[in-house]
Amino acid sequence: MSVDMRTFLAHVELANPITTAAGCASSGRELAQFFDLHRLGALTTRSITMAPRAGRPTPRMAETPSGMLNSVGLQGPGIDAFLERELPWLAQRGIKTIVSIGGGTVAEYSELARRLADAPGVTALEINLSCPNMEDRGRVFAREGSAAAEVIASVRSIMRYDVPVVAKLAPDVADIVSVARACVDAGADALSMINNPLGMAIDTEALRPSLAAVTGGLSGPAVLPLAVRCVWQVHAALPGVPLIGMGGVMSGKDAFQLVLAGACVVGVGTALFHDPYACLRIERELEDLLRARGLQRLADAVGLAHRPPGSAPRHLLVDSEESAP
Amino acid sequence: MQVTGTVLTTRRVDAYHALTVVAPGIAERYRPGHFVSVAVGGAYTSMVTRRAFFIHDVKADYGGTVELVFTTGGPGTAWLAERRARDTLDLVGPLGRPFPLPRDPAHCVLVGSDYGSAVLFPLADALLERGCRVDFVIGGAEAERVFGAMRARRMAETTTLTTQDGSLGLRGTVTDALPSVIADTRADAVYACAPMATLRAVTAVAMEFDIPVQVAVEESMACGIGVCMTCVLPVIGDDGATRMVRACAEGPVFRGERVRFEDVGTIPFDALGAPGGGVRHVS
Repeated sequence: MSVDMRTFLAHVELANPITTAAGCASSGRELAQFFDLHRLGALTTRSITMAPRAGRPTPRMAETPSGMLNSVGLQGPGIDAFLERELPWLAQRGIKTIVSIGGGTVAEYSELARRLADAPGVTALEINLSCPNMEDRGRVFAREGSAAAEVIASVRSIMRYDVPVVAKLAPDVADIVSVARACVDAGADALSMINNPLGMAIDTEALRPSLAAVTGGLSGPAVLPLAVRCVWQVHAALPGVPLIGMGGVMSGKDAFQLVLAGACVVGVGTALFHDPYACLRIERELEDLLRARGLQRLADAVGLAHRPPGSAPRHLLVDSEESAP
Repeated sequence: MQVTGTVLTTRRVDAYHALTVVAPGIAERYRPGHFVSVAVGGAYTSMVTRRAFFIHDVKADYGGTVELVFTTGGPGTAWLAERRARDTLDLVGPLGRPFPLPRDPAHCVLVGSDYGSAVLFPLADALLERGCRVDFVIGGAEAERVFGAMRARRMAETTTLTTQDGSLGLRGTVTDALPSVIADTRADAVYACAPMATLRAVTAVAMEFDIPVQVAVEESMACGIGVCMTCVLPVIGDDGATRMVRACAEGPVFRGERVRFEDVGTIPFDALGAPGGGVRHVS
């Protein structure tokens, strides 16, 4: 029995639910040396900015227990080079591409959306809201529902109707559900969570912060429970909204947790640093798990853990009827 | 490519550990300067980043083996040092851009300090095959941290050893000895692998003699395959613009004079995309 792994991100069908997390697959070409990118449900690009960005100084990385801190600072070539070199490379190969964008002002996000609106090969647009808002003393957009909603509403009004706009949320906020709701009300077709929570490590030999930028985003298995909690809460509050779940997914079992919590697409990030083939392995493991639980479609598992205790999932009832003498 | 390699032998070489791993796919694609990344800690490890190592030696035995040389600096390398024969290791490689080799026979000085000199031996083999003259300058803080002195002596025309405490060879650093070696051998090119500060000094010496210098840098990296963007350093491109480039994908070998050693660890104000930089208005 093969499991139907197809999934829908808003109205866009993906062949399987596994995508790379923003910023963890660079331009895509690096991973293409290892496997055929068509085997991904979609590839998510790094966050594209208007101007080229050199990023933050090094050291940018520190390994932490079951995770790592990074402070890359959205290093990238800028939208011009992206549209000239990176996106066409993906589009020519027909690779489903979720383009992530990042900006410092609503106007910058809007301009990025305008530039991407007519570009061929954009499957969906993911809005990285964990960028400092230059017009609000550098507070990140994702911290406040109204700031996030302003960005989403503007981008949604510019982007073509058939390209879903996905709001990427940060976990280190007081109430992620209210930010999620604000984004959906502003027109977000889907939500993606979680971005890296901020963390810090101190080098006990140098007696200084380990990262040159002092703080950095925490990723890896250490944040998986945080991701599961966020996906669970948002799916409970907004059950009709498609969710991309990510945060510390290293195995099919981790991905399955996010699916059961309510994610219909799963992002793989830090696992790619450890194993370039992680996406393929996780997809295979997830399929095996679904099969072992008697689930014939991935869609049947999305949010399944939310059913009231004691109630058997419908597919299992069907199975038992069939097996009855 | 990713290979599950089997550890063939482990040995101590002075202050260092050397691990020979059967990894046919990597061995046959290997060129001097390539590196491999190794997953450490086993299947359920809490260490999520791979460790990158230069390859010291490649042999055709058992379909192809690679030898890694390292010191134990943290829990990852400590785990690696505990591997025994028949254990398996998850390797990805060969990675990076290898050393460019001179088209015609040339006089080459190979400079290494600490275990950085390990990567120079396969390079020396390749240079000798092309009829180059090879001279080594190898150093370390103390005698037992000078890696590969015996092998260098066997291969090279001359071998100069330096230690900071004077326990072996000349007292001082490799860069103290380098000018006279370049002058004596009438060197055409310098190849170096060492910590960043030493590479900076080696590059300065080579530039003084106006000869090309190729340096292999060691930056801390998480993935080794070009996706994590953590191993960047400022390098001047062919167009004269400085970019933050990845040591793993664009390197680890760079032309020494192109690396802005004095700015490593910072974002130079004139780098492409630097905060508030002038370059962004030009492009």
